[in-house]
Amino acid sequence: MTSSSHTHGSQQSNRLQDGGRIDRSKTLTFTYNGKQYKGYAGDTLASALLANGVDIVGRSFKYSRPRGIVAAGAEEPNAIMQVGATEATQIPNVRATQQSLYDGLVAGTTNGWPSVETDLMEYVGKVGGKMMPPGFYYKTFMFPQSMWETYETYIRKAAGLGRAPKERDPDSYDKMNQHCDVMIVGAGPAGLAAALTAALAGARVIIADEQSEFGGSLLSSTETLDGKPASEWVTDVVKELATFDDVMMLPNSQVNGYHDHNFLTIQQHCTDQFADRAPNGQVAQRLHRVRAKWVILATGAHERPLVFGNNDVPGCMVANAVSTYINRYGVVPGNDLVLMTSNDNAYRTALDWHDAGRNVVAIVDSRKNPQGTLVDAARERGITIMVGSGVIDVQGGKRVTGVSIAPLNDAGDEVAGSIVKMKADTVASSGGWSPVIHLSCHTGARPVWNDDILGFTPGATVQKQLTAGAINGSFSTAQALLEGLSAAQDAVQLLGLTEVEVALPVTEEITESKAMALFHIPHTKPTAKAPKQFVDYQNDVTAAGIELACREGFESIEHVKRYTAMGFGTDQGKLGNINGMAIAAKTLNQTIPQTGTTIFRPNYTPVTFGAIAGRDCGALFDPERYTAMHSWHVEHGAKFEDVGLWKRPWYYPKANETMQDALNRECVATRESVGILDASTLGKIDIQGKDAREFLGRVYSNAWAKLPIGKCRYGLMCGEDGMVFDDGVTSCLGENHFLMTTTSGGAAHVLEWLEIYHQTEWPELEVYFTTVTDHWATMTISGPNSRKLLEKITDGDVSKDSMGFMDWKTMKVAGIPARVFRISFTGELSFEINVQANYGLHVWKALFEHGEEFNLTPYGTETMHILRAEKGFIIAGQDTDGSVHPFDLGLSWAVAMKKPFSFIGKRGMQREDCVRPDRKQLVGLKTIDPKVVLPEGAQGVLDPNAPIPMPMVGHVTSSYWSANLNRSIAMGFVKGGLEKMGEKVFYPLADGRVIEAEICNPVFLDPKGERQHV
Amino acid sequence: MFHIYCPHCCEYREEEEFHASGQAHIPRPLDPDACTDQEWGEYMYFRKNPRGIHHELWVHAAGCRKFFNITRDTQTYEIKEVYKIGEQPSVVANSDQ
Ligand SMILES: [Zn+2]
Repeated sequence: MTSSSHTHGSQQSNRLQDGGRIDRSKTLTFTYNGKQYKGYAGDTLASALLANGVDIVGRSFKYSRPRGIVAAGAEEPNAIMQVGATEATQIPNVRATQQSLYDGLVAGTTNGWPSVETDLMEYVGKVGGKMMPPGFYYKTFMFPQSMWETYETYIRKAAGLGRAPKERDPDSYDKMNQHCDVMIVGAGPAGLAAALTAALAGARVIIADEQSEFGGSLLSSTETLDGKPASEWVTDVVKELATFDDVMMLPNSQVNGYHDHNFLTIQQHCTDQFADRAPNGQVAQRLHRVRAKWVILATGAHERPLVFGNNDVPGCMVANAVSTYINRYGVVPGNDLVLMTSNDNAYRTALDWHDAGRNVVAIVDSRKNPQGTLVDAARERGITIMVGSGVIDVQGGKRVTGVSIAPLNDAGDEVAGSIVKMKADTVASSGGWSPVIHLSCHTGARPVWNDDILGFTPGATVQKQLTAGAINGSFSTAQALLEGLSAAQDAVQLLGLTEVEVALPVTEEITESKAMALFHIPHTKPTAKAPKQFVDYQNDVTAAGIELACREGFESIEHVKRYTAMGFGTDQGKLGNINGMAIAAKTLNQTIPQTGTTIFRPNYTPVTFGAIAGRDCGALFDPERYTAMHSWHVEHGAKFEDVGLWKRPWYYPKANETMQDALNRECVATRESVGILDASTLGKIDIQGKDAREFLGRVYSNAWAKLPIGKCRYGLMCGEDGMVFDDGVTSCLGENHFLMTTTSGGAAHVLEWLEIYHQTEWPELEVYFTTVTDHWATMTISGPNSRKLLEKITDGDVSKDSMGFMDWKTMKVAGIPARVFRISFTGELSFEINVQANYGLHVWKALFEHGEEFNLTPYGTETMHILRAEKGFIIAGQDTDGSVHPFDLGLSWAVAMKKPFSFIGKRGMQREDCVRPDRKQLVGLKTIDPKVVLPEGAQGVLDPNAPIPMPMVGHVTSSYWSANLNRSIAMGFVKGGLEKMGEKVFYPLADGRVIEAEICNPVFLDPKGERQHV
Repeated sequence: MFHIYCPHCCEYREEEEFHASGQAHIPRPLDPDACTDQEWGEYMYFRKNPRGIHHELWVHAAGCRKFFNITRDTQTYEIKEVYKIGEQPSVVANSDQ
């Protein structure tokens, strides 16, 4: 054996001279842990690392043991990388086995802290291993709780969770909605046969595969189809599929979730498979949201490694992965191989290794008498086969240096003879195959144990789902092809399409002997004292740990998993779950199906936030609603407040003004002359129909029967529990026509409220609801000079005698047809001008042109809040919280108990608890020190010296500095407050202050209401 | 995400267009004032939480804005049927038969 004949180039010592699907004419340079390496186009990061002889790709999270690449696909537990050349392009938790190599790729280990080769944690792990048994979190970290933060930092650092970029991701991501007749998951032999069959029948097909190329197992197999290399058949089928308009082929696409009603999510890797940063105009990744009429799961199977002593030493790999690296990537990841198997299929790995010109030390077969085509082939090559034996232990630290082989008893659970030691650098193992049933579990289907294949297969489902190939335990290529074809034919029939005959390629005929049910190789010592035998590499769960969990009383596999952390994290138990269950079952002396089943939840592999967010970030994160006058507000320096999706002016600071300065100025200007508010965001619902009036009487607590045309009225809306949830002014536009206004944030809810009662309770009422919020621009001019201002630009008569308080009229304002409502939320003379929204800005500007002489002052929501609070007007949602009825708010005048129809809320507000005299009631609060403003939310007590916890009597709901009154004002709830006028209430604050206030009438200004009636 | 057939639009639409409004077939008492506190409390607050067949009120909020009923299996999330307000379900739980 000389290694020189097998090497190529200076560094890629494990690369074969020829063979594989890589392009040796395209050399790529990449950086791994700060060092430069070379690979080829067609490599994955994993195959390139193995080609370069990189053994260690991480450190285990609990014991800090060095770990190497174990697998070749999504099931890889160790090679979890941090990828990215710049801070902004960092992607955590990338499996090296799923990352295509590209020129300039920069990757690093995730959990090697601070360095993979010499890891401080190794020392800690050796010591800490003893204090880190399963249940370690619960036992060690529960007490003292104060230490938890320290532990957490330590564990998170050690756990290798990867890190998020600290800079903004420069790439774009997309989402696409897709619909199809047949969604095929997996493009191995079963998936490709299914796709071709469905496509030929004229179905709309989507076929997705996580690999960069279609073909699945056929890409890394030496099998022939129609007497030619299987990959030629793959090429032909892919070419043929490409000729169909209705077939969408998605390589590099992980189907990560299978949700209700045949809805699937696919993460497609686009430019991230060939560039650190997406070239201009391209997307890095795409999330496809697919609704499929039928789904065919052809997801294949993962080979199970066997569990034996020190089976995590780099160089221990899953058998089929070794074959994949040899056949697909032209990489032999070592020189001297020991293959351990419980089945015939894995013999292929020894054949591949031998045919690549390297040394197979021995095949260690747990069975006494293996027979079959592949066994014969090994014998023909002169490979040593040690039957009835197992590898019980591995020597070596950073790489395997040798193995201990021992004969096993018939059951395979005891060592039955003396140990032989052999030199080797690679141990490939196979305990059989586990169908990839993850997606089938996502929709709630319980998998079923199948003794024939020693694995779980998909359980019964309500989804329109078919399965084909290895997912069913049909592991041979011939069976996979046949099942793919027949599943697609079933789908075609169910879709009502016409079947087309499809010729399948001829497969090789091989005979195989029965596999042995073997998961855990015994050691001469009991498991607890034997060298560590790893079940779940990513979570450092050992066979001894699972046995301990069972002995400690955890009998359900779900409990064992939680106790040991088996199958947690980004791994989701792809390699280890079945082995773990088998060990638990044996410890509990029961069968695997008795021990439980294994359930998987979305997502199959980690999905980037970029793909989930798509374009819904930055300015597109949430829709924004602007009023017709928005540009004016921006030009005039308004600060904005979010009200639902609306951007509302909050206040308009002038140069050097503080917020309070601006509010004081806006408040005083409005009460002294005239202010203007953009009130367009108020919800507006047009209500028509001959029963509109009756309907209003049922949904509002007050009376509507006699409201004449041309009049407006304030209304309170309650739930069936009697609690206030919205309020607003509704105007009578015609005998059968009303305009309802709602709070800005409550509009959508109120509309649905009206509709649900109309459609489900009172469909006999003839009434129609139309949302017109956006149709009208609304501007409120308020203050003693508002009438003078309006008179300058209207043709209407707005005099006191012609247009009284709570009247509305149509007229022209600034030449534009308008509805003008004389209603007031400030207690001042006010006019609410409504014009068709497109004219809003024009009318608004006209008001300013004519308002200069009155110092017309724009004000925002904050001044609106202060002005209404000066008058004791409530804001639904601020002064109410779903637990207060109209009487609690002192609004008994807005409840018409005598209405003939039992309006919504009437019965509710009469319940025993709602008529208690000591309910919390809304009152005014005057601080004894007029300069002190109560914090909103402060809790009141009647005795500030009461022992803690003090009995609380209610909280402050609204509190402001009133420039007009030159003092603070507040409203809040006090138990039985309406009967406590003049009494004191105390507000002890977190900073130690206690603010004393007097309970008073909430109308602080103009209690007789004279100002609005001028 | 559900795929819901709106019996008014007569089309399947994505769940994003709909709102669920709770258990169906809870009529408002015709004479609320005659209800005891107990009866009113049951009307307002008491709802089923079945494992299996459940009748639900939904609204096609971003579509025709019509309310309708869905019979859904809370275990499998299968929608067994949709039917209009005023109609009765044809699929019912054994315990309700
Ligand atoms: Zn509809």
